[in-house]
Amino acid sequence: MKSRLRIPGVLTALVLVFLYFPILVLVLNSFNASKYGSSWEGWTLRWYRLLFSGESRDIWESIQRSLHIAIGASLVSMVLGTTAAWVLHRYRTRLQKVHFGLVYLPIVAPDILMGISLGILLITLGVDRSLETITVAHITFCISYVALAVLGRLQDFDESVVDAARDLGATWWQAVWRVVIPLLAPGIVAGGLLAFTLSIDDFVITFFVKGVGLDTLPLKIYSMARHSRQMPVINALSTLMLTFTFVVVWYVQRHARPALRG
Amino acid sequence: MNEFLVFEGVTKRYGDFYAVRDVTFEVRQGEIFALLGPSGCGKTTLLRMLAGFIEPDAGRILVDGKDVTGIPPDKRPVNTVFQSYALFPHLTIRDNIGFGLKMARRGKAEIAAEVDRMLDLVDLVEHADKKPDQISGGQKQRVAIARALVNKPRVLLLDEPLAALDLKLRQRLLVELDEIHDEVGITFLYVTHDQTEAMAISDRIGVMNRGRVAQIGAPAEIYESPVDSFVAAFIGDTNFLEGRVIERLGDEYSLVAIEAMGEIRVYNDREISPGDEIHLSLRPEKLSIQTSAPAATDEARNAIEGTVEDVIYLGALTRYWVRTGERRLAVERQHSRFLLDEKPPTWGDKVWVRWRADDGYLLRDFAPEHAEMLSLPAETE
Repeated sequence: MKSRLRIPGVLTALVLVFLYFPILVLVLNSFNASKYGSSWEGWTLRWYRLLFSGESRDIWESIQRSLHIAIGASLVSMVLGTTAAWVLHRYRTRLQKVHFGLVYLPIVAPDILMGISLGILLITLGVDRSLETITVAHITFCISYVALAVLGRLQDFDESVVDAARDLGATWWQAVWRVVIPLLAPGIVAGGLLAFTLSIDDFVITFFVKGVGLDTLPLKIYSMARHSRQMPVINALSTLMLTFTFVVVWYVQRHARPALRG
Repeated sequence: MNEFLVFEGVTKRYGDFYAVRDVTFEVRQGEIFALLGPSGCGKTTLLRMLAGFIEPDAGRILVDGKDVTGIPPDKRPVNTVFQSYALFPHLTIRDNIGFGLKMARRGKAEIAAEVDRMLDLVDLVEHADKKPDQISGGQKQRVAIARALVNKPRVLLLDEPLAALDLKLRQRLLVELDEIHDEVGITFLYVTHDQTEAMAISDRIGVMNRGRVAQIGAPAEIYESPVDSFVAAFIGDTNFLEGRVIERLGDEYSLVAIEAMGEIRVYNDREISPGDEIHLSLRPEKLSIQTSAPAATDEARNAIEGTVEDVIYLGALTRYWVRTGERRLAVERQHSRFLLDEKPPTWGDKVWVRWRADDGYLLRDFAPEHAEMLSLPAETE
């Protein structure tokens, strides 16, 4: 047993260090009294205090914006993604193959491509860029994730239960509401949560479709890091975001993950 | 007669393919009527048209004198027991059974009382609060039946309800289903491809083939007097003999020359005259086999000499394949005292196959491909 190869263990350790050491440094720096984070100057909660003070109002406005967009985008894409998945599952025509390609495309297409094309589209159409344009842009890729999650759930969906509901006196809408949606709910919720997390930290696409002064949180952080040298506050904010994201991911894994398998 | 459920010229077409073609028949109130046929014969299409999931291209379906075509499934006075049970996996057994009553906006107390009555009828009281994936296949089946019956449908539709269960359980549930039918007295339309199931449970059977009803009758009628080679071959097993009428022997019997076998007597199930081509269905269990030459035969009996080519021991009976002339006959022999009293015929033995002339049945229609459905294709060399 002693002669067991050490390489896999070493590799695992390296990968973990590579992935998590920067995050660890960030978290530690958010408590670092040094303004530039190049050396350790003792513990402080100053940056957190600064984050929650009136000086950081624009950060909170950007968080509000991001939440607004993420909630809107995930709710809308839960509806559209579910109906897309239902149609994709139900009808296997050539048209639906094209449809599937279209649904799948935003997942594989580079964000930069989607961002630029949406930006150009908005300019061409002369649409004023606003929170709504960002939300619509996010919906375009969120739909795909919801659709795939629901499609997974549909794999073992016995369609005769819909017939059974109709047979037992349910109208079409009642059958959808009382049977289809409850059975697909884990997939819909999982897709929705995925959409939420993707929307809230999207940078590239948002960058191309946002209006002036309408920074979402990731964009706000970027501009702060670039222009205002407020790194420690960003570190504090990032630590909080990290915690929040972990909570959401933990919830998805714990409650909705089985639906994503299939 | 009480014509309760009527199919009138019902047709359903998919492109060039007729799933159901001009089907007309009646089901009586309170009977168990089985639609029996191989897969793809149109029986399930008929059932789904009655349930309202498919609309016929032509024809009408009447339930108790009322045309139901065009009415959506949730407004029809029928309920279905689905092949896959189609229970709602997210609801308890109790809520599954109560679903229909809830849709009908009945009071909570009334629903609870009705559901309890149903749970009692199908003997599932102690499983009421479980989910469908926590109970066995047989129990799921009973939930599906209760869920349909609680709505007091005019007709209960059963779509291959036992297909997913193993043989012993199937036989037991068949008896239970029959008891439930006695209790509720509702008309059952029972779709199956299993002839033993259909024979066991139904008052009458409609045998379907290629979108049409080939024959309707009581189980014994269908088995003993099949109209054509399809019905004869699909229900049970048989021998097909084809030949030409030589002469009439009085009113009851005719002498027939059977191809590659010899002359036999047949009962005139229908009007035949010398020179007619006939096709005879001869069930294996109607034939007897013996190793000694029979005494002189009368005009009502046939005896053909042959050689045992194969013996298949099946427990309750033995099946012999006997070569007579240039063809083979399937013979089945029940045995209550098999090895004790006599030495049974075995491979290569010279034997005589005997049967009463009226035990064969003259088919009205014959198609050679139906011979392929038999366990012993009537191969000639």
